[in-house]
Amino acid sequence: MFAEQLINGITLGSIYAIVALGYTLVFGVLDIINMAHGEIFMFGAFVGMLIATKAQAPLWSAFLGAIAVTGAMGYLLERFALRPLRGRPGASHLASLISTIGVSILLENVAHKIFGAGNQLFETPFAEIRFDVGPVTVYLVQVLILAISILLMAGLSLWLYRTRAGKALRATAENLETAGLLGVDTTRIITATVVIASAMGGVAGVLVGMAFNYINNQIGLSMGLKGLAIIIFGGMGSVSGAMAGGLILGLSETFVVAYGSSGYRDAIAFIAIIVVLLIKPQGLFGQAAPEAQR
Amino acid sequence: MLEIRGLAAGYGNIKALKGIDLDVAEGEVACILGANGAGKTTFMKTVCGLLRPSEGRIAFRGKDIAGMAPAAIVRKGIVLVPEGRAILSRMTVLENLELGAYHRRDAGIRRDLDAAMERFPILAARKVQRGGSLSGGEQQMLAIARALLARPRLLLLDEPSLGLAPLVVADIFRIVREINEAGTTVLLVEQNVKQALRVSRHAYVLETGRIVHGGPAAELRNDPKVMESYLGSGRVRDAEE
Ligand SMILES: Nc1ncnc2c1ncn2[C@@H]1O[C@H](COP(=O)(O)OP(=O)(O)OP(=O)(O)O)[C@@H](O)[C@H]1O
Ligand SMILES: [Mg+2]
Repeated sequence: MFAEQLINGITLGSIYAIVALGYTLVFGVLDIINMAHGEIFMFGAFVGMLIATKAQAPLWSAFLGAIAVTGAMGYLLERFALRPLRGRPGASHLASLISTIGVSILLENVAHKIFGAGNQLFETPFAEIRFDVGPVTVYLVQVLILAISILLMAGLSLWLYRTRAGKALRATAENLETAGLLGVDTTRIITATVVIASAMGGVAGVLVGMAFNYINNQIGLSMGLKGLAIIIFGGMGSVSGAMAGGLILGLSETFVVAYGSSGYRDAIAFIAIIVVLLIKPQGLFGQAAPEAQR
Repeated sequence: MLEIRGLAAGYGNIKALKGIDLDVAEGEVACILGANGAGKTTFMKTVCGLLRPSEGRIAFRGKDIAGMAPAAIVRKGIVLVPEGRAILSRMTVLENLELGAYHRRDAGIRRDLDAAMERFPILAARKVQRGGSLSGGEQQMLAIARALLARPRLLLLDEPSLGLAPLVVADIFRIVREINEAGTTVLLVEQNVKQALRVSRHAYVLETGRIVHGGPAAELRNDPKVMESYLGSGRVRDAEE
């Protein structure tokens, strides 16, 4: 059923978009890919599961809990794994990148210790509630996921383009030195960015739990790879690229599974990257690196 | 107002500044002249906090600011228009200007934005365009207007006339004079020796990281020996005018 697949695709795509936004925001200000983002996302899912399923608390508290925990993880990541490497003579971006890989391995192992290796049920009380709109069946969960994602993306865009702090973030992303000369406390902006990006990962984790009803300690890796694929596809550091890329990936995966073969599902992301990079190397919404900067 | 003693700074093993003494008095325009690679940009970067000095004192209005972060120095009242202008090319002209006033919390920002647009009509016309789409001269105007929105006490200009057509260069120097007449102290780095000496009260000549001459600008202007021995490149430039 085309309309249902469309809804499935948009739902999945909006979750992808939120994961990808986390990558793109951090890439914007730090010029590195935060390889721990997938694992932070996974912790969001587990915290949400503990609150919503194990403790049977209302869903909104699962979101708040996930935001609090992943936001704090983002702070610790920036403060102890990234900041000490920054601005040290001889420390390249590679050092920070590897530092985030270390954190991701650590987090995956911690999750394994705490939650075990198998699938964990992520149940929401209204998982079965659905409406029939003519011949189309829509689940309440899907509507919720969509509403939350749209709110989050709209909120982020408004914040980035309309507020003083959002503009400072964009200035920092474009040129750290210039932002500092304009009086922007770039250290604070970087910390805030990593915290916000991580908290968005946490929200995405809860959304994934709601969408798939189970989670395990590997979802960080697979979602992380897709998030990466999306930002390469959409353009590194581009906010609109992450949103559009997420939607496109979610839709194409859903339609390939529905009308093609589920075996190709995970290949889509990478085929899309290859095609885009061949045609537009800086990504769909990417900007060619401005010369004479940094 | 600015009092620098024994300032040294560099990049790793490269010592670009080797013990600089320099003063800028409140209300004046001072300039630093020197050939390519003399250390002028390094000096400006060190004063505004982009580079950490390895030795020496930078006192601004009596307080030591050496080693402070750029944002903190901006809040003290020192604002740099860097070499190459550093326009945020992906942000609009208006956003660039707004960010100039980033550290301010007073109610006058809106009024100052309007005043900037009035003073530089070209910026008003290009308000919603991306900074990167402006021409070189327009970008320089934007960079200066943006710096003024921070309401600096001391404005540092690193080669504001670089790469601009003579007519625009004249404009820039006129603006520098106006800014100064409105009460802002200016420290100018220039290779456009003649014009720089004309607007400045004091001039310093920098050569490979050392001040080799410092004194009233008028004195330097009339000292063919100094002009010739240190500012060879300046003579060539002036000959082109
Ligand atoms: N980022 C850097 N890393 C290493 N060395 C540098 C760096 N920037 C400048 N230098 C060196 O420091 C010295 C002073 O450079 P600086 O840019 O301050 O000169 P300048 O007087 O501003 O020259 P110009 O007139 O060309 O702008 C030069 O020898 C230069 O090679
Ligand atoms: Mg220079």
